[in-house]
Amino acid sequence: MLYREAGQFKSSYAEDQALFPIRQDRYGMLVLLAIAFVGVPLFASDYWLTAILVPFLVFSLAALGLNILTGYAGQLSLGTAAFMAVGAFAAYNFELRVPGLPVLVSFVLAGLVAALVGIAFGLPSLRIRGFYLAVATLAAQFFIPWLLVKVSWFSNYSASGVITTQPIEILGFVFDSPTRKYLLVLAIVCVLALAAKNLVRSSIGRAWMAVRDMDVAAEVIGIRIVRAKLIAFAVSSFYCGIAGALYAYAYLGSVEPDGFNLDLSFRILFMIIIGGVGSILGSFLGAAFITVLPIFLDVLLTDGAHLFNLSLPAGVTSMAQLVVFGGLIIFFLIVEPHGLARLWQIAKEKLRLWPFPH
Amino acid sequence: MTRILGEPILSVDNISLAFGGVKALANVSFHVREHEILAIIGPNGAGKSSMLNVINGVYRPQVGEIRFRDRAWKRMVPYEAARLGIARTFQNIALFKGMSVLDNIMTGRNLKMRSGLIRQALYWGPNLREEIEHREKVEHIIDFLQIEHVRKTPVGRLPYGLQKRVELARALAAEPTLLLLDEPMAGMNVEEKQDMSRFVLDVNEEFGTTIVLIEHDMGVVMDISDRVVVLDYGRKIGDGTPDEIRANPEVIAAYLGVAH
Repeated sequence: MLYREAGQFKSSYAEDQALFPIRQDRYGMLVLLAIAFVGVPLFASDYWLTAILVPFLVFSLAALGLNILTGYAGQLSLGTAAFMAVGAFAAYNFELRVPGLPVLVSFVLAGLVAALVGIAFGLPSLRIRGFYLAVATLAAQFFIPWLLVKVSWFSNYSASGVITTQPIEILGFVFDSPTRKYLLVLAIVCVLALAAKNLVRSSIGRAWMAVRDMDVAAEVIGIRIVRAKLIAFAVSSFYCGIAGALYAYAYLGSVEPDGFNLDLSFRILFMIIIGGVGSILGSFLGAAFITVLPIFLDVLLTDGAHLFNLSLPAGVTSMAQLVVFGGLIIFFLIVEPHGLARLWQIAKEKLRLWPFPH
Repeated sequence: MTRILGEPILSVDNISLAFGGVKALANVSFHVREHEILAIIGPNGAGKSSMLNVINGVYRPQVGEIRFRDRAWKRMVPYEAARLGIARTFQNIALFKGMSVLDNIMTGRNLKMRSGLIRQALYWGPNLREEIEHREKVEHIIDFLQIEHVRKTPVGRLPYGLQKRVELARALAAEPTLLLLDEPMAGMNVEEKQDMSRFVLDVNEEFGTTIVLIEHDMGVVMDISDRVVVLDYGRKIGDGTPDEIRANPEVIAAYLGVAH
């Protein structure tokens, strides 16, 4: 009953093409943003901010980047963590070597460096696709962390390539507390998510989806496939690069190249599979799911064990996580390949008509 | 139907195309005049689709030349062909399955969109104006082909006949001078065929689009086309008005069947 669009008439194409054409969605989003920007900083504990919300946002951004490439442009990539590493180390080096460079500028530059690296490793996509392309992007995944360790200039000659990030300072304001870091990350993620949404509903987004769905037809209609694919790699890596910089600066504080391993790439891939391939919302849902699920399972298993007076051997919780992850991936691939985002969409469609079936 | 046919807009000269040892096209030449509806017919495997693929650059012939308006070329890439104003539909529907009808048709106008990446990311000002401008053009085509009721539906959910129509809409969105239709009525029932024939004729009449179509339904071909080109085993065996083709003994032997 609440979710009805009856009586909301659109009288121009601009209204029809608005981000949230339905009033309830618009208000819902405003409420969500108000909670995120005002409610959370007021009430959330430091543990929630640093251990759950900041990584959730950072991973959402990385998943968004991968979703642009894999979900929208149809190019499977296993190099997400490597592009994040490029972003993290590039931001560190810009801050280190260019005195007085504003942090946000370094982040953007880091994103651009990652975009260039992304284009370079995207070149194989012009000749190969699908499974084989995924293997080719593995090259990035192995080469980049290796290079960052091998050439110690990147980490300013620290042992084993560990970098400790500089404090984040914007216009004299230091982002040092968990709340401040959270707000910074939230703001960046919101801006970039909006930009991504705009891209996918503009001509480049349609070009990406056209290449994904039927590349011959796309070419015949006048889409330059090479250009569309390389832009997808560039934009995707830009997002991953900024996610990497935030991962280092706002989440961990110090990172090493080996932290950006294949495991991380797979985690982000799982996020978009569970959240929804080819959906901006799905990137957030998937990231939330994968960030929160381990904590939830942990609590559930420990408390459950206490409840039944069992003593679980060490390691059972972490193994249970893997089992549940594996099971969920298979479940989503079979039952709902478009992930949580599609479930949400179906729910909304049903809600519009509820309580009538048609 | 009295339409004024113009000068030849497309001429195909001596095209030969081979895949390894298989000769798909051998020395085929024909021309299409402006505003004309030309049908290419022939038995399966005669090289009809290959011919369309040569015209818009999907295949590159070993021998021969294509002349379209004032440009001539031996080799062509599909992107360039599209820019020159050649659009086409496919034998097996080649729509973008994950996108809505509206987005599919909007994709047909991508070629005409100029906004850069940053502007698109902002979706405001010039980019928004551009999107709406093109949306208006697209809505005109949607209206023309009577698919308003499905504009927001993902194309995968549409019945076959409507999908064919959406594909025509997508090709029309590019405002082509030359429209190549590869079996636009394949797999349709009589009613759908009538609708589609009507749309093809309307497009030709209203937009002045020159049309080259491949079709197997002889009734349709003879009814709507100004001229017919007959291919058999990659060779051209007939070229003329529907009446001439009906009377051509070689065509009858090869394609329409001959009494024994």
